[in-house]
Amino acid sequence: MQNRASSVEKGRLITRRVFMLAAAKLILLGGITSRLYSLQISDREKYELLSDKNRIREWKTPPQRGFITDHFNNILADNDRVFQVHLDLDQIQDFNDIVFKLKNILELSNNELKKIYREKERLKPWDTLVASDNLTWTQFSKLNLYLHELEGVKPVVSSSRFYPYKNDLVHVVGYVGAASQKDIERDDIIKENLVPGLKVGKSGIEFAKEHQLIGRYGIKRYEVNSSGKRISQIDHIKETQGEKIKLTVDLEVQQLAQELLKGKAGSISAMDIYTGEIIAMASSPTYDPNKFTHGIGHKDWREIRDDPLKPLVNKSIAGLYSPGSTFKPLVALAALEFGTIDPERPILCKGHKHPYELYGVKYHCWKKNGHGYMKLRNAIKQSCDIYFYEMARLLGVDRLAIIAKRYGLGSNILKDTYFDEKRGVVPNTFWKKNAIGKSWYLGETVINGIGQGYIQTTPLQLCLMTAQIANGGYKIKPHIIKDENINYEKAKFRIANQFIKSPLNFSDEDDEKYLVDRKYNLYERLYKDPRNINFVKDAMFGSTNEQYGTSYKSRYDNLKYQFAGKTGTSQVKRITEEERKLDLDQSQIEYKNRDHALFVAFAPYKNPRYAISVLIEHGGSGSSAAAPLASKLIKKIIDRHKFREQINNGSSSLA
Amino acid sequence: MLTERLNTRNYTFFEKLKSVDYFLILIVMLIGAISVFAIYSTESGEFSFYTKNHLLRLIVFFGMFLVLSFIRITFWYKNAYIFYVFCISLLLITLFFGLMASGSRRWLDLYFLNLQPSEIMKIAIIVCFARYYHRIQTAEIQNYKFILVPLILLLIPCYLVIQQPDLGTSILIAGTGIIIIWLAGLNVKYFVYSGLLLIVSLPFAVSLLKPYQKSRILTFFNPDRDPLGAGYQIIQSKIAIGSGGFFGKGFLKGTQSYLEFLPEKHTDFIFTLFSEEFGFLGSIILLLLYILLIYRIISIGFYAKSFFSKLFCFGFASAIFLYIFVNISMVLGLLPIVGAPLPIMSYGGSSMLSIMLGLSIVMSCKIYSQDQISNY
Repeated sequence: MQNRASSVEKGRLITRRVFMLAAAKLILLGGITSRLYSLQISDREKYELLSDKNRIREWKTPPQRGFITDHFNNILADNDRVFQVHLDLDQIQDFNDIVFKLKNILELSNNELKKIYREKERLKPWDTLVASDNLTWTQFSKLNLYLHELEGVKPVVSSSRFYPYKNDLVHVVGYVGAASQKDIERDDIIKENLVPGLKVGKSGIEFAKEHQLIGRYGIKRYEVNSSGKRISQIDHIKETQGEKIKLTVDLEVQQLAQELLKGKAGSISAMDIYTGEIIAMASSPTYDPNKFTHGIGHKDWREIRDDPLKPLVNKSIAGLYSPGSTFKPLVALAALEFGTIDPERPILCKGHKHPYELYGVKYHCWKKNGHGYMKLRNAIKQSCDIYFYEMARLLGVDRLAIIAKRYGLGSNILKDTYFDEKRGVVPNTFWKKNAIGKSWYLGETVINGIGQGYIQTTPLQLCLMTAQIANGGYKIKPHIIKDENINYEKAKFRIANQFIKSPLNFSDEDDEKYLVDRKYNLYERLYKDPRNINFVKDAMFGSTNEQYGTSYKSRYDNLKYQFAGKTGTSQVKRITEEERKLDLDQSQIEYKNRDHALFVAFAPYKNPRYAISVLIEHGGSGSSAAAPLASKLIKKIIDRHKFREQINNGSSSLA
Repeated sequence: MLTERLNTRNYTFFEKLKSVDYFLILIVMLIGAISVFAIYSTESGEFSFYTKNHLLRLIVFFGMFLVLSFIRITFWYKNAYIFYVFCISLLLITLFFGLMASGSRRWLDLYFLNLQPSEIMKIAIIVCFARYYHRIQTAEIQNYKFILVPLILLLIPCYLVIQQPDLGTSILIAGTGIIIIWLAGLNVKYFVYSGLLLIVSLPFAVSLLKPYQKSRILTFFNPDRDPLGAGYQIIQSKIAIGSGGFFGKGFLKGTQSYLEFLPEKHTDFIFTLFSEEFGFLGSIILLLLYILLIYRIISIGFYAKSFFSKLFCFGFASAIFLYIFVNISMVLGLLPIVGAPLPIMSYGGSSMLSIMLGLSIVMSCKIYSQDQISNY
């Protein structure tokens, strides 16, 4: 019985303890439930995000580059269809095997193989490797044939930069190449758009307008597993194309300019003298920008880089030259404005036997037998050096520098578009003290008067100088990217408007402000006395259209094309006494010592609209080497004028 | 004595069939069905290796459960110690001849099944303790002699399993044993004392842990310590469960498991997969099924006449709760990762065998609930 009693007691005890245990279990279950609640209901969003981060991976597709067109909407920088091979590294089991197969199918060279392996080192295991970005159609179709054996290899039809006019616009438009580490660090937008094989601008407009041109990358979202293998595509946001950039350049004029420069080293620039639109900016020799798109070969690169004629330099803006006699109209203008010369005063030029002498140093005129008695107009027309020596001496270099700077020399013109533009030098006494640390000599003033010595200008600066003389002496802003807010009518209106605000009065005190160095606003007048500008323009007319004028041979009698110009022949090297005695012809001198030939002009003479500057490196004399080219181009520009106007008025797309 | 013996009368087959607990069978079938779908989902909806094996085992062991249910409960009582010794010898054999896998020796190759004796030990310890306490008077339980014996009986298998090494199973066996000792009526003060002792000796115990075990515990406290290494499992498991939300991502749509972010998703992390696909709602339903299972086992214990049956049912119910609690807390990041399968749900033959064996003994308790067991 005791046994039974004990058994009952045991039963009670165990029942009690089971209930205690059950209570403990319920508490623990409550803990689990609240944990589940907090994970799945309170923090759900956080974990959903983490789960998506796990499973979704994004691949960028390359942005489409915007077009670059000329003034007539001809596409200068196009996008071409190219055939590429992409290797999805995450899908490839045996990389070496795939590359070996590709080598056989596409007949890749050892260099290309090396490039592929180098690229692979750089990439992450889920990246895409662009094994080749420019296959031929034969290669591409062969690849498609063998595709079943090549897991992870993707034939891709993509777009890439294509320059249909090849060499003709490389200095204007620039070229693209694969984005380098430097490009990525320099530019956040490039960094953002970075995809395998992205091409970015390396020079010219392509470089300067990268942000407008680049467009925006697309996104392909894939679901991936834990080892990064793609399972399915979830989303595809298409890439967008960059903005179209319209230039002020006229393709036909540019092509002719480039054609005229063929076989020479030099530059031709042309601009609208009222709007400042650059019609052509040619530089020679040139090269094919298409070669850079897919990575230029070593041989081609060496050829371009080591060419003594320096095709990589855009000579219109980055070539520095002594302006030579093309500077003379400005010297004359300065002397007239400051009143240091009487244009009617005759000066005698007696030839090489009796040169101009200053403190025992002799300064020769280019004409061996001398010009005889010259007044100012004739001195410009026939480009008499003796007259300008004397005039410069009377004027002084500091006054000359004020006027030279005002008309566009010695400062950047297109720096915000072309990072490689050079400023050149307009010397004065202050400059020499700073830059060289020596005092100015009067002899330096004298040679400065004929555009030699320290003075350094770019051909585009000379073109701007000519334009601002030709338009009557008004400030313009040269530009190469079309600005719809600027047109001829507005420019004319604003020029005319000036005189309503402050009519011309010839009182001395009011005009003093035109004789000091200061900033000028767009379309503000640059001259003190309009008669001085007209005098210079008239002298330039004489230089081209009157007998004994230096560019008389290149003239047009047809009023439509009639232009006024000024030749220049700039010495590269000091001429020694012995050489002067030998009186060598240019062809007998070593190429690198030959004179640069220059020519500046504006046309048509009545109602001028365009200015042009031509420079031929080591071309000899301006009148024989440069002026004829200018003459041909001026005709073309004037012929194209009516089409240009039609585009400006938006009346038709005739091109 | 004689009258008691007479109580162990024979039942007709029809009587036995009538007293089978069909509700328990239904719950087991439900959980079993869920488990098949869950394993099917781990294979991304392909009916292949794991699913086939799991389904086969489920059918075989479920059949075994039904058949063994008709073994008289006295059989288990009589053979309790033999069963215990048998399991201990299996553990010993395993220690010397077991299959080596990922650094531990846990399995015996039985050709049709790789048996994990430690899983069977989980049942054997309950049977053994139930038998032991069956004949001890309440007053005697507090006696040191009667405390020492079960402790030794418990420490032997725990030691052998730790040697494999398999900390998780060892802890589960120890936990089960301690719960039964508690149920048997040992004074609370002993539990309090040993609890204090455990806390005091904790630093010493930690120094005995293997480096990987230590790292698991450190990782438990801060999973971000090594997110791609030791902390990976727990981080990914939490992401999977959390992203499931209230209704879950849907059957076969659990991205974490389907895209292979979940480790061990067939076995220890099967709840994670289930919870990702069926959400908070599904998880609660699964938990409720388990609660019903446990409740049913406890209620069978209440109606059983013999102390052996009661103790076995209560002990087994508590053991199942312990397994579930440890497994789910682990995947929820509430406990460090130790190898502990989720009963019935997890892929694994031995675990399934052990649970089904335990259930068949429970069912035997039900069928023969009127059996009185004398103290021989």
